[in-house]
Parts: sequence; structure tokens; C-alpha cells
Amino acid sequence: MYWDREVETIKQEELEKLQLRRLKAMLSYCYKNSPFYRKRFKDAGLHPLDVCRLSDVRKLPFTTKEDLRNRYPFGMLAVDREEVVRIHASSGTTGKPTVVAYTGRDVDTWAELMARVLTCAGVTKRDTIQLIYNYAFFTGGLGFHYGAERIGAAVIPAGVGNSERQLLTMRDLKVTAFSSTPSYALYLAEFAREQGIDVREFSLRTGIFGAEPWSEEMRRRIEEAYGIKAYDNYGLSELCGPGVAVECEAREGLHVWSDHFLLEVIDPESGEVLEPGEKGELVFTTLTREAMPLLRYRSRDISMVIDDSCECGRTHPRIARLMGRSDDMLIIRGVNVFPSQVEHVLLQFPEVAEHYQIVVDRRRSMDLLTVKVEVTEKIFRGEPEELLKLKKRLESRLRSVLGVKAEVTFVEPGTIPRSRGKAQRVVDLRNW
Amino acid sequence: MFEHRMETMPLKELKELQLERLKATVRYCYENVPFYRKKFKEAQLRPEDIKSLDDLAKIPFTVKDDLRDHYPYGILAKPLKEVVRFHSSSGTTGTPTVVGYTKKDISTWAKIMARGLATAGVTSDDIVQVAYGYGLFTGGLGFHYGCEELGAATIPAGGGITPTKRQIQILKDMHSTVLCCTPSYALYLAEEARKEGIEPERDFSLRTGIFGAEPWSEATRKKIEKALDLRAHDVYGLSEIWGPGVGMECEAREGLHVWSDHFIMEVIDPESGEVLGPGEKGELVFTTLTREAMPLLRYRSRDISVVDEEPCSCGRTHPRMLRVLGRSDDMLIIRGVNVFPSQVEHVLMRIPGIGDSYQIIVDRDILDVLRVRVEVTPEMFSDKLAELEALRRRVEEELAAVLSVSARVELVEPGTIPRTPGKAQRVVDLRKGKI
Amino acid sequence: MVVEQVSVFVENKPGRLSKVTRILGEAGINIRALSIAELGEFGVIRLVVDRPHEAKAVLSNSGFTVGINRVLAIEMGDEPGSLARIASALGDAGVNIDYAYAFIARAREKAVLIARVDDVKRAEEVLSSEGIRLLSAEELEDL
Repeated sequence: MYWDREVETIKQEELEKLQLRRLKAMLSYCYKNSPFYRKRFKDAGLHPLDVCRLSDVRKLPFTTKEDLRNRYPFGMLAVDREEVVRIHASSGTTGKPTVVAYTGRDVDTWAELMARVLTCAGVTKRDTIQLIYNYAFFTGGLGFHYGAERIGAAVIPAGVGNSERQLLTMRDLKVTAFSSTPSYALYLAEFAREQGIDVREFSLRTGIFGAEPWSEEMRRRIEEAYGIKAYDNYGLSELCGPGVAVECEAREGLHVWSDHFLLEVIDPESGEVLEPGEKGELVFTTLTREAMPLLRYRSRDISMVIDDSCECGRTHPRIARLMGRSDDMLIIRGVNVFPSQVEHVLLQFPEVAEHYQIVVDRRRSMDLLTVKVEVTEKIFRGEPEELLKLKKRLESRLRSVLGVKAEVTFVEPGTIPRSRGKAQRVVDLRNW
Repeated sequence: MFEHRMETMPLKELKELQLERLKATVRYCYENVPFYRKKFKEAQLRPEDIKSLDDLAKIPFTVKDDLRDHYPYGILAKPLKEVVRFHSSSGTTGTPTVVGYTKKDISTWAKIMARGLATAGVTSDDIVQVAYGYGLFTGGLGFHYGCEELGAATIPAGGGITPTKRQIQILKDMHSTVLCCTPSYALYLAEEARKEGIEPERDFSLRTGIFGAEPWSEATRKKIEKALDLRAHDVYGLSEIWGPGVGMECEAREGLHVWSDHFIMEVIDPESGEVLGPGEKGELVFTTLTREAMPLLRYRSRDISVVDEEPCSCGRTHPRMLRVLGRSDDMLIIRGVNVFPSQVEHVLMRIPGIGDSYQIIVDRDILDVLRVRVEVTPEMFSDKLAELEALRRRVEEELAAVLSVSARVELVEPGTIPRTPGKAQRVVDLRKGKI
Repeated sequence: MVVEQVSVFVENKPGRLSKVTRILGEAGINIRALSIAELGEFGVIRLVVDRPHEAKAVLSNSGFTVGINRVLAIEMGDEPGSLARIASALGDAGVNIDYAYAFIARAREKAVLIARVDDVKRAEEVLSSEGIRLLSAEELEDL
């Protein structure tokens, strides 16, 4: 089943022709409307007309998250502010958020891409879909919301949290499809079991999961727990949000919607472009974005292109499920967290900055972020209340900067391993 | 104005339009909603008996419990396959109230919200920070769709789960010109911004604020306007009838225009049910005129106010309601969230070891604070502080889950909570004069 | 008249009390009174010892984080009603006892209440006007 059969099954050569046409238009558009990219072109001694073939895109320099941050908040816009109808923001590495702006047409295109995504996962207008994503700032909630609305499914904007209400809603409104992070799906199933509720008796049929990496093993557990088919979905907020790539019924890789995104895989060290089948960092060029076009944007996500045609009939190239990151970013309950953000917060508390450790673990399928802090005489003068107060202050500050709950635990001095390397600062005990 | 002709239609014509739509709605309900057909039959009433707006008084009221009794889908007039959205709000007990929308309902709602936003002075050039909760609550998405309809730039900032520091940073960095949230949160935001060395008049670009979801006063309006350097407008709505957008203050700010092409507003004596005239204080009752999925006839809002049909200096002819003056039931509004004392009881009763001696205390320290005092019984007592603390936290978590608003649980010694058979002692609201 | 109490931060896990007391024992420091406050994953051991500053030094040298606080050592008779007399004197004067623990000094047939209060000065006044004695550090050592 397709949402847009014509585009999704377009012939390979046609797709490439379309990409080239759009790429050329995009480059001229950037050159004309984006001061940032015009300067980039000039600095590289390039002109949009120098790009004649798709592979010529390699001549362009990369765009990084750093570039976005340096031009915070609106320096990447290629349209007037009045044209912007939506602004999302994700938390950045050191306090400054990454801003993503959309024109009316961008929002419309995004809804269209999400309608394709949901259709790939078998969602139709007869479905009732529960969206268990955050709607505020984060692109997950509204992305799925608009896609499901485009299809004509009944949307339940459930948001995150309150597992009891999620389950009641799922059961009582006879929900047939839902979307969340894979770890929350597992957590909810466990929570239900503890309450004596059998989610397999619900009306659920299908689920779409994303915003964090997961494994075939997790897929098996989710499918078994709910009696559904589970689909992987990929996106990044800088490009629009969810809706960049999704699994079809074959579930052998995620189709990247290549009429809107030009995909490359590079060696994260050398920047050299790799061949299909070679593992590397995904790099995207937006082909249709108006408000905030990005050329060769480095996602920092590691995967590879699957060099084979798909049985589903879609011609858009596939990537394998994500295999890791080329930076130190952690994904905690679907939220991107950089260790530098934790450091940034702790530096504002001079008395604790010295020795700390970030521990990520998973308990009952939920990610737990713990920041261990050694207790010195600077923070403990004999009364436990001092520690309890500090714990509260630290936790609230971390929560506000990271956008995800962190627990602060106090440990005795000298118990956190010392080393010069950065690795010791972060201990990730999770099994995916 | 967003819809000039409709907004300035002479009152007489407006009432003719209302009558025409009322007749159609009554017939539509009778034919499509078994609940209403039954009600009509019990009242020995036929749709054709409604010949004038005054005949509306013959129709029995619809109350929140009617919706709850029809859980999960509510009083739907359309088959499920035509429903494209569900919202839900908490009920008086554990059962939520679910509200369904058709595609047309969503687009009508967006238009009503856009009209309201324009009435408050918002234009397509504005950057609107929507700091109401998104999700099952109607506030966030209601404003969101309205802004989009109007063509303003929308920042889906969200409510409670978004840290205030983040709201402040975005307000400043994105140069947001309009802020939508609860009035108490607006004050809190201003206070927190000042703590961070931000001067709203210098660092923010705010022009307009649209505040609702809880009662507030002229004094609070002055405070907010001074603290955030903007013009503050009141907005009214209720989730059973779409959500926000039922009424909005115009630039005159002498009452909220209730969009009478979409709603008929009546005021009744909450005790006798008798219809009151303009200028008389009573409970607002609404009949929807354009709702597809869940039309409501004479829905009792439980909100107390006064209706004013006099012409307004802004040129709009739609009757106005005064700011909400109170409630005709025991519902509390805590940080914009509706909380019934019965919900608290419901949570406490199912936690082993918690007795029936508890007290709800509501106070305001810029933001509302909900405290639940629970007496420690021998069954729940532990000499391990950590265990007592864990129990306290568990009660807090379960309350937060059910109420959608955080409560502070305090464990107190047995016998400290006053015992009376009446319900009044259960709830102590200390906010009087602070709103 | 206040005495100094040693507070040690410890993680809430087996072997910590033993380590703290062993260190003090090896340094020849005598513990007069002790209490433990448990706060979830960590706790605080409170000690009244004969040489608080030395205790702090040896514990700090062994890697512990140690604080010294001022508490009252209130003498009471080892007989029914003595504690009630102290508590009501403080309570009536509006002085809050944050925490307290007691021990018995057999040799003198007396008991001692170690108490941390929110208003030391007021507590001293009230107790002395009630004829209740506060013990000095030296007196504690002699018990």
C-alpha cells in the first residue's frame, strides 16, 4: 500500500533526474536567499552552476550542527521571518537550542512525508492512532500528528507520561496503532503486566517506533508483547523531524524519501564519500526545504546504504537501522543528550564540578540517567539537608537544560575513577 | 477582523441565524444521537416544537455526567470512522470525558480560534508562543491550529513539561510577540525572568498576551501587563465544547465576545435551572450550533458569570460574558487544570495504608500550590525514613498521573486533620484575594 | 555552651560504619554517643567523641567527607519525666529540636541528650532558667 504510488515507485533514473533538477534549483535558491550559503559558496570558490551531476554535490562543504548553533537563532533562514509559520527548537550541546523553522509549504511537505511513513507501516484512515510523543518544541509529536491527520486517521494526541492513562486510552478507545520510542513501548507493556492488563487483548495492529536506536531483539519483544507489527522510523529535527526514512512491510532497511532528501554516506574522519554497503555517517541535502535548507548536513548517525531493490516496489534507497553515532551524543528516552550539556550545568555549581560521572542504565525498559557527584567538604558541612537541597537544585537545573530527568546521587570521595580521557565521564550500561 | 461580516452582523440577524442553526442542530441531534432522542421523548418534545429561541428552555440540560455515562466515545452524532481527533479531560471520578471531532469540527475550531486571536489583536506577522499543554488537553492544539489558520508563526512551546527557563530563553531569542498561557504562569514566568536578570520591557518583544484556563482578576491583569509589558486578553472555553475559543476579549476588554454564530449562551439559576436575563448572575449554559461529532444541547458549564448584550465599542455584535466569577460545583482550577476533590479521594483510596483522613489545601505562591495532607496510619508507618519517603512519593506520583497537575503530599500525625461529616473541611482554598 | 559533633557522609552500603569506627578506634578516639540518619542511597553518621577535630582529621585522611556542627549536650536525670521537662521547656519557648539522641552515663547516674536546635541562644536561656544544665566538652569527656 502506498500513499503516493507515483513518487514512491518512481523509476530509478527518473528519481535521479528529479533529484538533480531539484538539487540545482536548491543550490541557486540557497545562493540567492541564504547569506550563510552564499558565503560558503564564495569561500569554496564555487557557483551553483558548477554542479552539473548529482555527484558534484561532493564539491560542497559540509554543514554541521555547529554551523546552526553559531547562527542561532535565525541565521540559517532563507526566507523572510514573515514567511515562517512554525518554529521548533531542540536542545543544543551547550545551552543554545537548535532552531528549526518552517514555511507553510514546509509544514505541508512534512505532513505529506509523514503520511507516506504511516502508510508504509500500514496505517489507514480507518485507524485510531495514539501518539505518545512530546508535542512541545520536539518535532516528534506534531510530525506524526499532521501525518495521521493527512491520512484521515483518528488522532489521539496523548503526549508523553502518565502510563496509566495511556493504557486506559489505548484500551477504551480501541486504539489500533501507536507511536512512541521503542523503550517506552516496552516499559508500557511491562507496566500493563504489573497492573494485570493484557495489552495483547487490545485492538492494536501496528506500531511505529523511533527517536532512539533499537535492535531486532527489541522489535521481537515489542511485537510479542503487543501482538503487533513494529516499524522503525528515522528522522532528525534539523531536516524537519520524523519522516526522513521509514521501514516498509519488508522491514529490511528504511526507505529514505529521496525526492526530498539527497543521501550520502561518508567516512566521519576523512569526510570521503563511501559506497553502498560501507558503514559511515549519513549526510543529507534537503531538496525542497524553503525556510531552512541544509546542504550536506552531517547527521552524526552511523549506518549504510543497502544496495538492492526492495520487494515492496518502492525505489527510494534504503539505509540499515542506525548503528551508532560519530559523536558522544547519548539518546535518553528519545531525547538527545550531550555529555557537554551535563558538564555545562555542573560548571555552574563550582562546588561540585570537580568529580562527577554520567551513568546511563536501563531499568524496566526505561533509560535512567544518573549523575554521580562526589561529596566533598565544599558541599557537606555536616547536615544532610545541605545535600538534599543541592540534589534538588542540581536535578531541576539538569532537567531544564537536558529536557530529560536526571537523578543526582552522592558518592564518597575517590569512588569515581580518575583518568584524563573523556570516556570515563560517561558509562553507558544499556543493552540495545 | 477575521470575519468582518459575521462578527458585526446586527444582533437581530444574528439571532435569526441562531434560530435557523438551532432548529437544524436539534433535528440533527434527534436523528443521530440516541441519547438526545431519548431525552426528547422523555420530555415529550419533538424537534419541530422548537420554533423560537425561547423554546430552547424546553430542552432538558446536558451535564458532564451524561458525557461520562457515555464513556468512552461520548455522545457521538457521527460514526467513528468520521472522527479524526479525540481529546479527553479528567472527570469527577476516575473516568475521563472524551470529546471527538470530525475533520470539519477541526477546521471550524481553527477558524473560531483564528477569529478569537484576531479579536485580541494578533495578526499573521506575529510570532506566537503557545505555552499551553499540548496533548489530550485542548489548550495547546486549539491555539496552535488557530495561529496556523491566521498565518502567524507558531512556537509549540507546551505547558507544564517544558522548563520555564526554556520558555524564557525562547521568548527572548525568538522575539515572540504573543504569549498564550494561564495568567498565573505568565506572572511566574515574569518573576523567573527577572531572577535571571532579564527585563521583559527591554529583552522581550511581547505585545499581546492571551490568558485563560483559570479565573483571574483585573488586579492580576494589571500585574501581568506591567511585569511583561504587553496587553493582556482573557479567553474562555471548555473542552466539552471544542476547547479554548468560545469567548475572547476584544480591544475594549469589557467582557468576552461569545461567538454566537457557533454557540447559544444562556444564563441560568444553578439551583432552579430557571433562565435568567442579561445582567443577572448565574451559570452559563451553551448550545453548540455547528458541531458535527459531538453537538451539545444546553450544556451546563458550571461557570458563573453575567451576560451583556449591549453593543460593544469594537463594533462586534456578539453578546459578551463577563470574566468567570466562580463555579457552581466544587471543582478546583489548579494551574489551569480542572481538579475535582473526588479525584484526589479516588487516588488515596486505592493506596494501601492510606486512611480516609486527608485534607486538600490550595494556596497560591504566584503559581497554585496543591497540598494533600494525609494522616499516617499504623499500616503505613515504617521506622525507615526512606520507606516513608517512598510512600509519600508514590502518592505524589499517582496524584500527578490522575490529576495531570503536581501535588505536594505531606504526612501528618493522626488526629491533626479536623474531622467533620461535611465535605467542606476536606478542601481549604486559601487563594481568596490572591487571584 | 555548645559541644562539637562530628558528621560523616557515607554511602548507604554494608561496611561503612565498621570502617568509620575502626579508623576512630585505631586513633584512640572514644565515641560518647552516636546516631545514624538514613536518607535513601546515602546516610550521615553523627558522633560525639572526645577529640572531635582529631576525629575529623583522621577520617578526612582516610577519604571521608566530614563536617563539624554545634549541638547541645543537655544533662538530665536518669529517671522518668526528665526528657519531658527539657522538651516542654524548649517547646514552650518555640525552639525546635531538629534532631536528638541520648545516652546514659552510668558512672554519674545521669543521662545526656544531644540535641540540634534551631535557636541555640534561646535554648541556652530557656534551659538555664529552668535549672537544666548544659555540659561542656570537658565534662562530656569525663563521663
